[in-house]
Amino acid sequence: MNSALIFIALAVGVALFLGIRARRGKDMSLEQWTVGGRGFGAAIVFLLMAGEIYTTFVFLGGSGFAYGNGAGAYYLLGYGSLPFILSYFILPPVWRYAKERRLLSQPDFFASKYKSSALGVLVAIVGFIALIPYLVLQLKGLGIIVSISSYSAISSNQGVIIGAIVVAAYVALSGVHGSAWTSVIKDALVMFVAVFLGLYLPYHYYGGIENMFTAIEAAKPGFLALRDVGQSPTWMVSTVVLSTLGFYMWPHMFMAVYTAKGDGVLRKNAFILPIYQLMLLFILFVGFSAILQVPGLKGGDIDLALFKISLQTFDPWFVGVIGAAGILTALVPGSMILMTSATLLANNVYRPLRPGVEDAHIARVAKWLAPAIMAVAVWFTLGGGDTIVALLLMAYAFVTQLFPVFLASLFKSNPVSKPAAFAGIIVGVSTVAYVSLTKQTVAGMFPFLPTALKDLNVGMIALFFNLVVLTVVSIATRGLSAPGRLSPNAS
Amino acid sequence: MRAVHTLALAPVLMVLVGPFFLNRVTPFLLGMPFLLSWLALSLVLTSIVMAIIYFSDQKAESTQRDGHAK
Repeated sequence: MNSALIFIALAVGVALFLGIRARRGKDMSLEQWTVGGRGFGAAIVFLLMAGEIYTTFVFLGGSGFAYGNGAGAYYLLGYGSLPFILSYFILPPVWRYAKERRLLSQPDFFASKYKSSALGVLVAIVGFIALIPYLVLQLKGLGIIVSISSYSAISSNQGVIIGAIVVAAYVALSGVHGSAWTSVIKDALVMFVAVFLGLYLPYHYYGGIENMFTAIEAAKPGFLALRDVGQSPTWMVSTVVLSTLGFYMWPHMFMAVYTAKGDGVLRKNAFILPIYQLMLLFILFVGFSAILQVPGLKGGDIDLALFKISLQTFDPWFVGVIGAAGILTALVPGSMILMTSATLLANNVYRPLRPGVEDAHIARVAKWLAPAIMAVAVWFTLGGGDTIVALLLMAYAFVTQLFPVFLASLFKSNPVSKPAAFAGIIVGVSTVAYVSLTKQTVAGMFPFLPTALKDLNVGMIALFFNLVVLTVVSIATRGLSAPGRLSPNAS
Repeated sequence: MRAVHTLALAPVLMVLVGPFFLNRVTPFLLGMPFLLSWLALSLVLTSIVMAIIYFSDQKAESTQRDGHAK
């Protein structure tokens, strides 16, 4: 027993307690379970959306990226502001439309806009395929954090299993209410840990932020600027654009929009959330401070930078506090992802197969699916090798392929036809899958492009094909489906 | 779309165009490499700009409502 374990156990215990307690006084109908009865105020919607940014990916990966790649990690800051500008304009109409029709999930929105439950199934499957690797990544991160911060008293696999049981239990019982309650303590703790580490480490080791950057620049000239090839400005800007377009296309983010009690809540968050993302800066500082203090981490190990430097700097009890924060960055987003995946399958794949079933039945199916999906994710986490990493790289580019079809549906007169929506999404997603699985780069596929374009994020190519197909098929099918053609008397 | 909404373009341009011209380590700004503090400032600017848009829209909506009421 060491003092770090106390804080780790406390984090897990509090998450379980709050997560289960959240169901109190709610009848846990399908609408309560999935979108909190559309009754969340600005503060909770804020935390659900902010929580998406502070996942283990940022806690471990963000600091690790700064440690291993330097300036490439700056893209996180660009990604921290643009989605919220977009949100001010696109989310209120989405919320109003969903409220009027009592929609529960993202595929519901597509199915309703394009009057096709088949399109709902397609969107649900794309979303589900993207969410599973994301859930697995949270579990992997959780295992690493638990084993390091407990000084190996708990193995990584034990950590994964304990965390998975906790999340599956409170998701099945409390749905999105569980995520909301646990996200309150998570954000408070993560904010404290991030800001503290981001300031303490540079001052402790270098005597200040500027001194730290001066030392890095002296030891590794050019590391703190973008490269001429590879992680170049073109790469960064295209990555920020893709991440921005994909941000609200994640099924769990889309559903978080429905939880708001009014569209004003969403617009207010558009100006509060960006400033909150400054926290990312401190996470980057942690990664930078580790460069000269714990050198030599290579490959996947760069993600350990934050914990390696913490182990070297702090007493075990404080490592436990950092571990507790890290565990919560896995549990809370993990619960959102799990609840959403269960809803996608129950509401948008199972329901169309059983026309006429009641909401209560769908709710029961979703609640039982949650632990089942978690079991699959645990199986992938414990057994899966590098394939899951390849899948994850695909996931973000996958959901981004939904954006053009989504955007078109917001116009008063939708320029995109139903067949074009299918064709665009399928072509986009297939391109992403092909490019990711064969590990192609833009430079490799299109050697004739000017150098400036060779570092484009490969997701851009898929988005381009998607748009071309969307346009061509829309033009080709418009004559067929236009009401004027079918019934010449209609005006 | 109101004229005040075009303000939102400022942080967008800062993030999407800035890196091509300001990809440099020195001079340090606020103790950070130049490009990093540029992007950090764009976050702050985003919040300011979106707050201006939010409150201006709020005001426009409430005057519109009052106008209808009369």
